[in-house]
Amino acid sequence: MTTSTKLRRSMLFLPGSNAAMLSTAFVFKPDSIMFDLEDAVSLREKDSARLLVFHALKLRNYRDMETVVRINPLSTPFGLLDLEAAVRAGVDVVRLPKTDTAEDVHALEREVERIERECGRDVGSTKLMAAIESASGVINAVAIATASPRLIGIALAGFDYVMDMQTERGDGTELFYARCAVLHAARYAKIDAFDVVFSDVNDDEGFLKEVELIKRLGFNGKSLINPRQIEQLHNAFAPTQEEVDYSRRVVAAAELGERQGLGVVSLNGKMIDAPVIQHARVVLQRAQASGVRR
Amino acid sequence: MKIVKEAIAGTLESSDVLVKVAPSDGTLEVVVTSEVEHQFGAQIRAVVDETLIRLGISEGIVLVEDKGALDCTLRARVQTAVLRGGAVKTLDWSAL
Repeated sequence: MTTSTKLRRSMLFLPGSNAAMLSTAFVFKPDSIMFDLEDAVSLREKDSARLLVFHALKLRNYRDMETVVRINPLSTPFGLLDLEAAVRAGVDVVRLPKTDTAEDVHALEREVERIERECGRDVGSTKLMAAIESASGVINAVAIATASPRLIGIALAGFDYVMDMQTERGDGTELFYARCAVLHAARYAKIDAFDVVFSDVNDDEGFLKEVELIKRLGFNGKSLINPRQIEQLHNAFAPTQEEVDYSRRVVAAAELGERQGLGVVSLNGKMIDAPVIQHARVVLQRAQASGVRR
Repeated sequence: MKIVKEAIAGTLESSDVLVKVAPSDGTLEVVVTSEVEHQFGAQIRAVVDETLIRLGISEGIVLVEDKGALDCTLRARVQTAVLRGGAVKTLDWSAL
């Protein structure tokens, strides 16, 4: 597995049963659009939401936005049908909720491969992400994150996790261990890590405070439930002008060193090694995507 | 596939469509009403007809009340109503 270079700062949740939102979501330009067939869809609309998402995906008007479908757990009567719809429609990533063990990922992977073969899709082209929502999932985070080469990331889901921990959402203290565990597992597996949703859409200050925290911890991005949060999140993840200027100098020095066949490059007397160069490229990628922080 | 009971799918919200199906005595009756019927009526009817043909529906009553749905939404709602009304247990994905 290699570290991803795809930007995944914002993953916008859309209820799979809402025709209007599915038709217009692309205008908000999140990095990833996540069609939810699980918690956002009532039991009696599971079948209609599945077909709505199936046809919305086939329309392919989401341009360069990554498409994700959160299926119901495979242990429910809906999970396998959701998976059939998502894979056959050509989704980029399947998000598995309530992942407690590596075996949950293995079971999903077996079914995905079967469906890919049946519908003629390239085997391995469907990527996966696992949502960790329990103490068990957090304890097994490393095993889960390394369970499949299809995994592009793991996500912490806060609501179910705090319920399992017999606590409630607060200032973030209740999530601290889980955030660190999920993040370390993702970094060990060289995949992305996604933070929880911030559900109070009217609390901009609280949202930005949480974004700053998870950015400093090292998360790639955050799940979002309101399009209004996308621009705020992207701006918070955007580099400063100073960071952009420095990154340009780092990349220029690295490219010069490469042309000259130098193994080690220095800038202003400081050695620049591969991680510094990689970070500089990520900074420039973020600047290209959302400009310089305002 | 045959429609064996009344069924409904979709909503009357903007960008959606409400589809009702019911059994009939051997004929196929499709009634489309739409806020954009003047511009897109023929297109809506074509999508409904094509969707019904792919599902093998040749008899029944199909009422389509459109509120500006995209073709993909229209297909999904017609299929859901028919599958509910046809009491289908297993899906043939190639027909969807």
